[in-house]
Amino acid sequence: MTTSVNTSQGNEVRYNPRRTLTVPTEFIRQVRRKRTFIAFLLVIALPIVVVAAVKFGPSGNGGGFGDGDLDLVGLATTGAWNFTLTMMFFSSGFLLTILIAMFLGDTVASEASWSTMRYLLAAPVQRRRLLRAKLIVGLLLTVLVTLTLVLVSFIVGWIAFGSQPLTSPISGTFTLGESATRMAVIIGYILITLLVTGGIAFLLSVSTDVPLGAVGGAVVIVIVANILDAIEALGDLRRLLPTDYGGSWIDALGTVIVWEDMAIGVAYSVVVFAILVAVAIVRFDRKNILS
Amino acid sequence: MLTLFHSRIVTRAAAAACVALGLTLSPLAIATPAQAESNPAAITIDGGPTSATEGTPVTIEADIYLPEQTPAPAVVLAHGFGGSKTSVAEDAQFMVDQGFVVVAYSARGFGASTGSISLNAPDYEVADASRIIDYLAESDAVIQDSPGDPRVGFAGGSYGGALSLMVAGYDPRVDAIAADITWNNLQTSLFPQSVLNSTELGVYKQLWAALFFSSGLSGGPIDGCGRFTEQWCQAYNLAATTGTITDEGAALMAASSPQSITDRITVPTMLGGGQSDSLFPLNQLNANAQQIAEANPDTPLKVLWHAAGHDGGVSETERLRELTAEWFTAHLLDGPAVANDFSISVVEGSAISDRALGTVSVVTAPTYPGIGGDESTEIALLGPPQQILAPAGGVPSAITALPGAGGLAARFGAALSLPVPQQSAGFISMPINEAGRIIGSPTATLTVSSTEPVTDVTLFAGVRIVSGTDRQTLPNGLVAPIRLDRVGPEPIEITIELPTIVTEWAAGDRLALTVSTTDQGFAMPPGPAVYSIGLAAPSLTIPNVATTAASGGVATWWWLLGALLIVIALAVVVRLVRPRPAKPAVDDQLLQTPVAVVDLVQEFSGGLRAVDGVDFTVPPGIVLGLLGPNGAGKTTTMRMVMGLLRPTQGAVFVFGQRVSAGASVLSRVGSFVEGPGFLPHLSGKANLDIYWRASGRVGNPHLDEVLDIAGLGDAVDRKVRTYSQGMRQRLGIAQAMLGLPDLLMLDEPTNGLDPPQIRHMRQVVQDYAATGKTVIISSHLLSEVEQTCSHVVVMNHGRVISQGTVESLLAGRSGRRLEDVFLELVGEGHTV
Repeated sequence: MTTSVNTSQGNEVRYNPRRTLTVPTEFIRQVRRKRTFIAFLLVIALPIVVVAAVKFGPSGNGGGFGDGDLDLVGLATTGAWNFTLTMMFFSSGFLLTILIAMFLGDTVASEASWSTMRYLLAAPVQRRRLLRAKLIVGLLLTVLVTLTLVLVSFIVGWIAFGSQPLTSPISGTFTLGESATRMAVIIGYILITLLVTGGIAFLLSVSTDVPLGAVGGAVVIVIVANILDAIEALGDLRRLLPTDYGGSWIDALGTVIVWEDMAIGVAYSVVVFAILVAVAIVRFDRKNILS
Repeated sequence: MLTLFHSRIVTRAAAAACVALGLTLSPLAIATPAQAESNPAAITIDGGPTSATEGTPVTIEADIYLPEQTPAPAVVLAHGFGGSKTSVAEDAQFMVDQGFVVVAYSARGFGASTGSISLNAPDYEVADASRIIDYLAESDAVIQDSPGDPRVGFAGGSYGGALSLMVAGYDPRVDAIAADITWNNLQTSLFPQSVLNSTELGVYKQLWAALFFSSGLSGGPIDGCGRFTEQWCQAYNLAATTGTITDEGAALMAASSPQSITDRITVPTMLGGGQSDSLFPLNQLNANAQQIAEANPDTPLKVLWHAAGHDGGVSETERLRELTAEWFTAHLLDGPAVANDFSISVVEGSAISDRALGTVSVVTAPTYPGIGGDESTEIALLGPPQQILAPAGGVPSAITALPGAGGLAARFGAALSLPVPQQSAGFISMPINEAGRIIGSPTATLTVSSTEPVTDVTLFAGVRIVSGTDRQTLPNGLVAPIRLDRVGPEPIEITIELPTIVTEWAAGDRLALTVSTTDQGFAMPPGPAVYSIGLAAPSLTIPNVATTAASGGVATWWWLLGALLIVIALAVVVRLVRPRPAKPAVDDQLLQTPVAVVDLVQEFSGGLRAVDGVDFTVPPGIVLGLLGPNGAGKTTTMRMVMGLLRPTQGAVFVFGQRVSAGASVLSRVGSFVEGPGFLPHLSGKANLDIYWRASGRVGNPHLDEVLDIAGLGDAVDRKVRTYSQGMRQRLGIAQAMLGLPDLLMLDEPTNGLDPPQIRHMRQVVQDYAATGKTVIISSHLLSEVEQTCSHVVVMNHGRVISQGTVESLLAGRSGRRLEDVFLELVGEGHTV
C-alpha cells in the first residue's frame, strides 16, 4: 500500500507502511546507545577477568565431582571449550537474564520516556510494526551479546588453556565435532530459556513509561521465581516457574544428550514467551499513548 | 551463582531421597490407602492352618472388586512385606477397570488377617492363597475353566511376588503370574556370596534384614518376635547376632524360596526386577528366570529389568501396571498377544537434573540371555596388588547402597559412594576410545592373601565408571559381597560375579574395579586385618545384550504435541506482529479538507472528559490557531488527530480519511506535540535522518531546508543530549516539517524560543501556508495566534466555544484585541 503525496512543489513523497521502522533502522537506533556498548563491554571483559583470576589466583583441583561438588572452575582450565562452558554456566543465571531484560524491557519504555514514541506512531509506524522491530532487535542483540561472550570466552580460553575439546563434568571427553554439537545445544537452550524473562520484560515495557521499571521489574520477577523455586514445599507447582528449566542444559553433557527435560523447557519457554508477547501486543494496540 | 546452583542440586537430591524412600518402602512397609472409585466388597476367608500344632484356619481379610461385566477372569493381588490389602488398592482399581475380578487380601500376620508370618511357607501363606482360589471356584463372577478350577492369575511385588511364584508352583489351578522385585532364594538374598562356585555362606545383609524383620514386628506383642512365627524369629535373631544360620534356619528359607518350585512353573510368567535394588538384586530374578526356562522351556516367560527397585531408582509404576494388565489380558482374556521378550530400561544421561519425567528409554531383546549377556568384551585392567585394611569393628565403612536411598548416594553425591581411604584397592582401565554399555554382571578374577592367617573375610567389589574428570560413578550404588572362610599367605584365586547393572560409559571414560573391606549395609567381622588384593587375570569381562532400538521414555505423541504447541504459539505471535493494513474509511466529500473533526469526545478513565463534543473543519492553505487556556483539550484533540488516542466518540478525518492508530494518511501530517522527542545518544542531524528513514516515506526530505529553519548551526552534529531546550524545540519543529507535509500541526511551537526566534518561526509558518499547505498551531499565547493565524478555534473545558477567521471574531469589536475577546469568551477568573 503506497500513498502518494503530491506536494505543491512537485516533488513526490511516497509512503509505504512496509518501510516504516525497518529492523536495520531500529538496529541502528538501539546499537549506538551507551547501554548496548556497556553490555558488550561487559561480556568481552568478563572472560578476560575470569582467566586472569584463574591464572593468578589459587589453583583449582582439576574439576569434576572430586569432593562431591560440581567443580566447574577447576574444569574451566582444561581448555577453550570447557572455559566457554563455564562462562556460559556463570552467565546464564544472572548476567544474560539481566541483559535480555534490558534489551527487551528498556526498548519500548525508553521511547516513551524520550517522547520519541508519539512521533514514531504518528509518522505513522503501525503499532504492531513498532513492536515487531523492537522485539526482533531486542532478541538479535541478546543473541549477539551471547555469541560475543561465547566467542571471546573461546578465544581467551584457547590462548590461556589450549584447545582441548569438551570434557564433561559428569561423563567423558567429547570429540571435536561432538563438543561443537553439545556446545551449540547448550547455547541454544540457554537462549531459549531466556525468552521467558524477555517476554516478561517486554510486557512490562509496553505497560510503563519508565525503562528502569520494566527492566527491574522483570529481574525482580525472576529473582522471586528463583526463591520460590528453592522452596521444596511448593512441589510440582514449581514446574510453572520460569526458572525451573534453566539448568536442564546439563543434560546435554551426559553420555548421550537427554532431550526430555530440555524439550519441556523449550516448549514452556516458547509458549510462555508467545503468550506474554501476545498480551503485550494486544495491550499496546489498545493503549492510549499519553507519553 | 555456583552456590545457588549447587544448593539447588542438593535440595533436589534431598527431595528425591524422600520420594525414593516412599517408593522403596511401598512394597515392603508403608501402605498408602488409595481412594477406591468403586467400593470393593470386604469379606473374610478361612485360610490354611494356624500352625503345625493348631489346625484351625486363620482368618484372611480380603477385598473383592467386580468389573462391569461378569463372569470374568480373576486376578489376585498380593501385597508387599508390611503392607495389607489396602496397599494394592490402586493396582486393584486399575485391574478391575481392565475387566478382571480382583481380589486383594492381607497375608497372614498383616492387616486384620490373623496368624503369624511364615514368609510364604508352603503350609501357611501358600495354603492361604489356595483357599482364595477355592473361594473364587465358588464364585459366579469368575470364569471357571472346569468345576473347581477358576481362571485366575496372581500378581505382586517383593513379598507378594514370591507368593505369586510359590502358588504357581504349588497350585495347578493358577493360570498366569506376574512377579516383581522378589527373591529366588532367601538365603542367597540375605547372605549374598559373589564368589562363583563357592559353597561358603555369603555376607549377612544386616541393614536390609533388620529393616525387613522390624517391619513385621509392628502390630504384634513386644516380645522381639512380633507377628513372626517362633521358628522365623529364632532364625532371624541368630543371624542378627552372629551373622550365621543354622540348618533349621536354612531349611526354613529354602522352603520359602521360589527356587524350590521353579521347575514346576509352566504357566505364563512375567518376571520383573529392579536395577536399583540391593535387597533382591537382578541376579535373584535371573535365577528364577533361568530355572523356569531350564525346567520347562515352553513356559511363556517375559523378563523386565526396570529402573526402580527396593532402593528407589526411577519410578516406572505406570508402565509396570500397564504391562501387568497386558500380560493378564493376553493370557487370561485371550487379548492381544504379548511378546515373551526381555526389556531393559536404560536410565539415560547425567542424572543430575531431577527426573520428574521418565528419562528412561526401553530397549528390548527377543529372548532373555541371562546376566552374562549374549556378547561380552574384555577390558584390560591395570594395577599392582594392593594392601587394604579391614578396620576393627568394621567402621568407618563405605556407604554404597542404602535401603531407600541407595541409588542416590551414587547418583547425587559421588563423594558418598567413594571408598574409604586405605580400605579399598582399585584396578583401572585405560581410557576407552568408544562409548559402550554394560547390561548384566561383569566378572573378574582376583587373588586375595594375608600375611597373617585370617578367618571370616568379607570384601565388597564394584565396577565404577571413571569420567575424564575423575568423577567416579558406582552404578546404582551396588556392590558384590565376597566372603571367604579363611585367607592366609598363600594367595587364593577367586572369580567374582559383580553386581548386575545397566549402564553406559562415554568415550574417554575408564572402567575401574574396586575392592573394599567395608560396606554400611553388611555385617563385617570385628577383628582388624590387612589383605593383599591383586588381579589374577588382568581384565574385566563386560556383558552386553544385543537390543532393538530404544523405545519408550517420552511417547512420540508428546513430542508432536509439544512441537505443535510451539508452532501454534509462534504462529499466533507472528500473526499478531504482522501489521494488518486496515481498509481506511474514506469520506469522498472531505478529500481536500486537511482536518475535519466530528463530534469528538475523549473521556479518560476516571470520567474526565478532556474533549467533550468538538466539531470543526480546517480548510486548506490556512494557518489555524487552536486557542484555549491550559486544560481546554487542545493537545488531547491534536493527539486524536495524530491517532495516538482513540476517540471515545466521534471521528477525525484527515484529507477525507478517518484517522485510526497508524492510518496511512498520517504520512501527510507533520506534527510537533507537547515538546520534542529525540534519541539523546544521536546528533540532531542523525536524529532527523533516522526519523525520516523510520517514517517509511520515500522522496526528498528537504533535510537542509528544515535544518536551516532549526538554525542549529554546527550543533547539528552534536548529540541531542547536549542541546538546550530551545534547540530541541526548534529541532522538533524541523522534524515535523521533514518532507514538507501537507498538514503541519504545531503544539505551543514558541515555548522556549527567544523573541527573534519567535519572529522567525512566525515567518516560517506563514511562508509554509503560502505554498498551499495547512498549518495548525495550538497556543495559549493570544498575541501569537493573532499575529500568525488567519483562522482560530477557541476551546474551553473540552468544548469549542467560538470559531472563524480572526477578523470575524474581532468584527464588531473594534479597537479590541483578541485577548479581550478571548477573556470574554472563556469568562472571568481564568488566568491565561
